[in-house]
Amino acid sequence: MVYKKVKAALIVAGLAFCATGAVSASQGMTGASGAMLSHTCAGCHGTDGASVGPASPTIAGLSRDYFIEVMLGFASGDVPSTIMDRIALGYSEEEIEAMADFFVKKPFVPAKQEFDQSLVDLGASLHDRHCERCHADGGTFADDDAGVLAGQWSPYLRWTLADYRAEYREGPARMHREMREMLEREGEKSLEALISYYASQQ
Amino acid sequence: MKITRRGFIQTAGAVTAVGLTGVPLIASAATKKVVVVGGGTGGGTLAKYLRMADPSIEVTLIEAHKTHHTCYMSNEVIGGGRDIKTIEFGYDGLAGHGVKVVHDKVTGIDAAKKSVTTEGGKSFSYDRCVVAPGISIDWEAIEGYDQAAAEKIPHAWKAGPQTALLRSQLEAMKDGGLCVIVAPPNPYRCPPGPYERASQIAMYFKAHKPKSKVLILDPKPNFSKQGLFTSAWRRFYGYESADAMIEWRGSAQGSSDNAVVAVDVASKTVTTDFGDEIKADVLNVIPPHRAGRIAQIAGLTNDAGWCPVDLKTFESTLHKGIHVIGDAAIATTMPKSGYAANSQAKVCAAAIADLLNGREPGVPAYVNTCYSIAAENHAFSVAGIYRLAEDGSSIIGVPGSGGLTPVDASDEQFAREVIYAHSWFENITHDVFG
Repeated sequence: MVYKKVKAALIVAGLAFCATGAVSASQGMTGASGAMLSHTCAGCHGTDGASVGPASPTIAGLSRDYFIEVMLGFASGDVPSTIMDRIALGYSEEEIEAMADFFVKKPFVPAKQEFDQSLVDLGASLHDRHCERCHADGGTFADDDAGVLAGQWSPYLRWTLADYRAEYREGPARMHREMREMLEREGEKSLEALISYYASQQ
Repeated sequence: MKITRRGFIQTAGAVTAVGLTGVPLIASAATKKVVVVGGGTGGGTLAKYLRMADPSIEVTLIEAHKTHHTCYMSNEVIGGGRDIKTIEFGYDGLAGHGVKVVHDKVTGIDAAKKSVTTEGGKSFSYDRCVVAPGISIDWEAIEGYDQAAAEKIPHAWKAGPQTALLRSQLEAMKDGGLCVIVAPPNPYRCPPGPYERASQIAMYFKAHKPKSKVLILDPKPNFSKQGLFTSAWRRFYGYESADAMIEWRGSAQGSSDNAVVAVDVASKTVTTDFGDEIKADVLNVIPPHRAGRIAQIAGLTNDAGWCPVDLKTFESTLHKGIHVIGDAAIATTMPKSGYAANSQAKVCAAAIADLLNGREPGVPAYVNTCYSIAAENHAFSVAGIYRLAEDGSSIIGVPGSGGLTPVDASDEQFAREVIYAHSWFENITHDVFG
């Protein structure tokens, strides 16, 4: 339960309720339903969170804790983004939880996208060796609270991997270690192999 | 179930019997009817989300055209980077959600009788009506620029043939030519639009007609995303240098020096309020706008030409039972954008579903997100997260949230935002029409 750890850390840091826009009466009506809040995401992330691409990620069918952790990470700046940092700051923790409850019930629809078939087998073996422990079942399993990789849009995965690699985004120490080891052994194409493998799962 | 002849007769007999007892014979007594006028971003979203919220509601969408061209991304068509077919959408997707799509032109809305009439001679009764007409061009505002003039000098502020006309004129223009964009006064559809358009045209000129130039004449002292645009213009188009491919002439606060007051169609010459006469090779005049035609006809507009609404439900404050969403509505402080229309439509759909089911409408939530593509691999965004003020008087941005891409963002971020802009387009159009 990574989210609970993040939350505990935020509380210690006194950030839990101001990491996102703090709620007060002067800032307008609160208490919108999860559906009302979540429907505002569809313009970029697709109806019910199933993105039709080519880059914005599908946000349906992720685990509740992962959704909350990443949204709080955008708001605190821990998770780098192009636009989500500005957006996440607009929501209270309760609102983020309401959105998580909405999207967790929606199906993750794997992206229909092109990929390099010649790299898929290599990607599958690299996944098993370096990623499967935390991204179970070939990256399809949501409840490991590590996101859903299989069927996610490739540009988003490519950029996220680049951000981790540059340590612009901080992941678990183990993940950075596995990525370094993989790149040392297999070189640049290993990242594209992983992306091709995830994209092949449609 | 197959209706047998015998079954049909029994049913018909029963209906007749009810009719004879004097009970109002309204087959739809239990059916809740909503008529949506206008099949753009607001109307399309409203129709779809209303069906998603309550499939028992009969939703009829009336739209004059068989297809809709989105204004968003039409600047890429004008710049030559996008085929106009990719911004054209039909209504099969909405029909698939059970929306009854009627292609006809609405000529009147009777708020007392709760009825919408069309040019085709039909009338549609409703429990709730939603008007989403977008904008209309103010043909009186600029001397010499009327509907006939627009056939030669496009405004291209409603996408479709106007977009194609402006593109073809840019293609036909000789290198070394001057393209003049006449920007509109506030409030207007798509605040960053004229400046993104200038960027897209400059991008085309830079690649194909490098001696050419874009001049923006503006009645305003400043404009949307100004720091991001001017920074990009400096970097890519020599802005404020001797070889500038884009020049912006604003009007100082309180003045209207660079507001265009007259257009001479034959010579493609504009006259500013200051008295300057400027001859263009390609001229794009974007006059002031008002709410779409039907909103004016139906008496939904105020003196300024826009529609005042209850911001919780988007019900008109002038006519009960009629809601107005999108560019036509006064949704202070949301901008008149496609994303805002999409977001308002969802608030309105939820409110109507509540009202028709005897529930108090819930707390609304609104978002705007808008991308501008200023150069190859260079786009930026604005985002706004909004709540309804406690007293319902305005839609307010949540303090500390939203805002612009930083001017000093990395090249990587500007490049990613191009792909995210295209993702925005694919997802919002699918959300509206899919």
